Amino acid sequence: MSQHKIQLTVNGEAVEREVEARTLLVHFIRETLELTGTHIGCDTTSCGACTVMLNGKPTKSCTVFAVQAHQARIETVESLAQGGKLHPLQQGFWEKHGLQCGFCTPGMLMSAKSLLEKNPKPSEAEIREGISGNICRCTGYNKIVEAIQYAAEKLQEAQ
Amino acid sequence: MAQLDNRVEHHSPKPAGSSAQVETTDTVEMKTPEKVCGMGHRMKRKEDGRFLQGKGRFIDDIKLPGMLHMCIVRSPYAHAKILNIDTTAALAMKGVVAVITGKDLKAAGNLHYMPTLMSDTQPVLPIDKVLYYAQEVCAVIATDRYIAADAREKVVVDYEPLQAVVDPHKALEDKIIVREDKEKKTNHVWHWSAGNAAATDAVFAKAAHVVKEDIYLPRIHVCSIETCGMVANYDKVREHMQLYMTSQAPHAHRTVFALVSGLPEHKIQVIAPDIGGGFGGKVPVYPGYVVCAVASLVIGKPVKWIEDRSENLQADSFARDYHIKAELAADANGKLTGLRVRTLADCGITDAAANPSKFPAGLYSICTGSYQLEAADVQVDGVYTHKPPGGVAYRCSFRVTEAVHLIERMVDIMAHDLKQDPAEFRLKNFIRPDQFPYKSPTGWEYDSGNYEGALRKAMAMIDYPALKKEQLEKRAKGQLMGIGISSFTEVVGAGPAADYDILGIKMFDSAEIRIHPTGKAIARLGTKSQGQGHETTYAQIIAEELGLPASDIQIEEGDTDTAPYGLGTYASRSTPTSGAAAAMAARKIRAKAKKIAAYLLEVGEQDLEWNIDRFQVKGSPDQKKTIQEIAFAAYTNHPPDIEAGLEATDYYNPPNLTFPFGSYICVVDIDTGTGAVKVRRFVAVDDCGKIINPMIVEGQIEGGLTMGLAPALFEEIVYDENGQNLTGTMADYLLPTAVESPKWEIGKTITPSPHHPFGAKGIGESPTVGAPPAIANAVVDALWHLGVRHLDIPLTPQKVWKALRDHGVNN
Repeated sequence: MSQHKIQLTVNGEAVEREVEARTLLVHFIRETLELTGTHIGCDTTSCGACTVMLNGKPTKSCTVFAVQAHQARIETVESLAQGGKLHPLQQGFWEKHGLQCGFCTPGMLMSAKSLLEKNPKPSEAEIREGISGNICRCTGYNKIVEAIQYAAEKLQEAQ
Repeated sequence: MAQLDNRVEHHSPKPAGSSAQVETTDTVEMKTPEKVCGMGHRMKRKEDGRFLQGKGRFIDDIKLPGMLHMCIVRSPYAHAKILNIDTTAALAMKGVVAVITGKDLKAAGNLHYMPTLMSDTQPVLPIDKVLYYAQEVCAVIATDRYIAADAREKVVVDYEPLQAVVDPHKALEDKIIVREDKEKKTNHVWHWSAGNAAATDAVFAKAAHVVKEDIYLPRIHVCSIETCGMVANYDKVREHMQLYMTSQAPHAHRTVFALVSGLPEHKIQVIAPDIGGGFGGKVPVYPGYVVCAVASLVIGKPVKWIEDRSENLQADSFARDYHIKAELAADANGKLTGLRVRTLADCGITDAAANPSKFPAGLYSICTGSYQLEAADVQVDGVYTHKPPGGVAYRCSFRVTEAVHLIERMVDIMAHDLKQDPAEFRLKNFIRPDQFPYKSPTGWEYDSGNYEGALRKAMAMIDYPALKKEQLEKRAKGQLMGIGISSFTEVVGAGPAADYDILGIKMFDSAEIRIHPTGKAIARLGTKSQGQGHETTYAQIIAEELGLPASDIQIEEGDTDTAPYGLGTYASRSTPTSGAAAAMAARKIRAKAKKIAAYLLEVGEQDLEWNIDRFQVKGSPDQKKTIQEIAFAAYTNHPPDIEAGLEATDYYNPPNLTFPFGSYICVVDIDTGTGAVKVRRFVAVDDCGKIINPMIVEGQIEGGLTMGLAPALFEEIVYDENGQNLTGTMADYLLPTAVESPKWEIGKTITPSPHHPFGAKGIGESPTVGAPPAIANAVVDALWHLGVRHLDIPLTPQKVWKALRDHGVNN
């Protein structure tokens, strides 16, 4: 299996590694970089637990090769809290009980982040549509929607 | 294994107070200040910080030095002879350490078979035959996940395919025997009955109205977002086996591993780390776990096994698969009188149900529900087929969902047949609050209930009369709108040790609390959270009892070396059992704290009274010792006649089960062109007794409702006639997203349990149990005037579209 040197930025830090051509981005993130916040739920791009930001776009990292992220900018859940302070989305999920088992949460947070970047004042229907690529088996989504609404307000206030 | 022929359900007598008339309220009680955050507070969850920041520790996050990876070779046939397994090419690959087959397991001490939780047997790895599609055939262990997956492809297995029997009705003909390894050459596993057949016959003989229906509840899969997995770490020097495992019942699993492997139990440590959803799917011991443990034992290195989603959907235990024939009788006044139920339970290749041992059909006989009936006769036959084992609960307490679905559908059909409003019909037939203590015709002593209160509240919340009016107007315009009700009674919290055990181990549960000198505490419990929020809920229970701030109490579960023995978390049993144990252990601590306070204040114990977080002298509240002061004294200045320290353990054996209940009303609109069902509104009024954390309870309800919506509209595990699973990915097995899930509208009544130490009943599963019939009833209600009497779930657009076309709707 051919080896490739890739250079990318992960959570703001420059990273250079040798990877096999077939290494999935999610395995590269979880096992090579040991950032285990990004999870694997389905292997088929269905559940969204592995969602990360790839060049600013939410991407399911279970169906992207690490080599495709060469020269790219990756952000994972570990990038959200800054200087010991939770991101408004993390605060919202905590405040509104937007998580239970926590397994889908990192992917859900990244999709929500992308949604609010594109649409800072989403309607409830737009929020539901915006996270429809992420499956949560525990919460029934009501409280995730409330959590994202909470974050949207906080982000608006901050501007 | 002895065949479980002709099992008759038995209920031991319950102590006085197990069932009682209890007042219903709708306000959450809160006795402690915000600082303490005892019961009733909407405390933010203590466990959330790590999950929000990607610092949870799930099974696949565990990485040990020198760890190997295991992949499983699975059968492409549902029934076939294994002619040969050639592992040469796999073993020749660089990085491949071992291939483990059934023959290896047999040689290692007959480990190729294992007992199931119902004392049946299950192949771990087969030697001669495969019995279900995706069955584990052998396992490859390699230095890397990718190499193990490559090597799996290099294992060559020669099969001779055989005809499979997939339909349980055909299986009963015994033309093809699923378990030829057994002495009795039959696919009939057991016959079970509850209630009174003769009395029921008599009731039916004089009935004015009888409705009959066949109801199928298909196979479904819990499909937690985290699959199952293990990291087995055998230390040859210490002869110690450490098993990180996605386990809802770590202590019971340790005992099972000790019994099966012969390893001494004190040399086995099961650790359930953070679990990404369980819902019953992480109760059974799957072959993969056993092979992974054996691999580590043989190789002497840590071995990791993580299922992929297809393995999870194709081979892990399933729920439901009940073929039900039900008959309901009523007198001339429309009063319900009798229920007769016959059911085929499709077990798959083994009875691996996660049920209490003496209840092969679980708590199915709760199927008389919330209604007064004179008699009931419930019989179930278990059948083997060439399918993976079934019988996990899918977020329900041992077959209660099946029971609730059948009674709520039947009551609805009867109401429609009698041209009575389904709400009024239910109100007329409910068990009334003044009928408690209540004993059901199948022997259950419901602890407390107020069914009318919950339904009336739901009707008020949704404005039921306005909906009925709207429905008539829409129907006049040819639009299909349906209103469905479900007024369910759950039965959770197993359970009294007299009747409930798993493999002989009684279904008590435990808590151990230690108060440190500075007034902080650690509590360990025999259960295991999979997202339910135990770290918060249990802390609030102890805070309520002892006045220690909940934030000062660390909660731990899941490590069998440190936590007291318990049967684990499933069937909504954590709060009824370990929650009760936490309160009882805290009360033991308070009793000792009182002695210490009396010593410190130089008064008699009888002169002291408890006030939130302190003992104070009656009539002189300034003379007091706080729990923190008492804790410090327990280690620094304790009374000479009692031992130092402040800790207690409690093993709680509940006197009865608890019976949460509720009423749900669902409104659907049906697209006459596509058959698509849209849940427009859903009001859920739940009564789970005492509420500990309202926010967590709401979360459990909303999540449970979505897991009720899922099988009602989307989910079904489908097999073809050869036993091939056609729904082995999340692209085929459809889970609801935020778009399909309605905005749940929830309400509550509070009718405490009379026998639980603080009146709680359990909430995690009621909504999953109660929601499907509300949705099914709404869909049938929309179509009843067209002549549709019943539709089986899932109510997919295809199924509804066909019903519309079959009944003359063509636009």
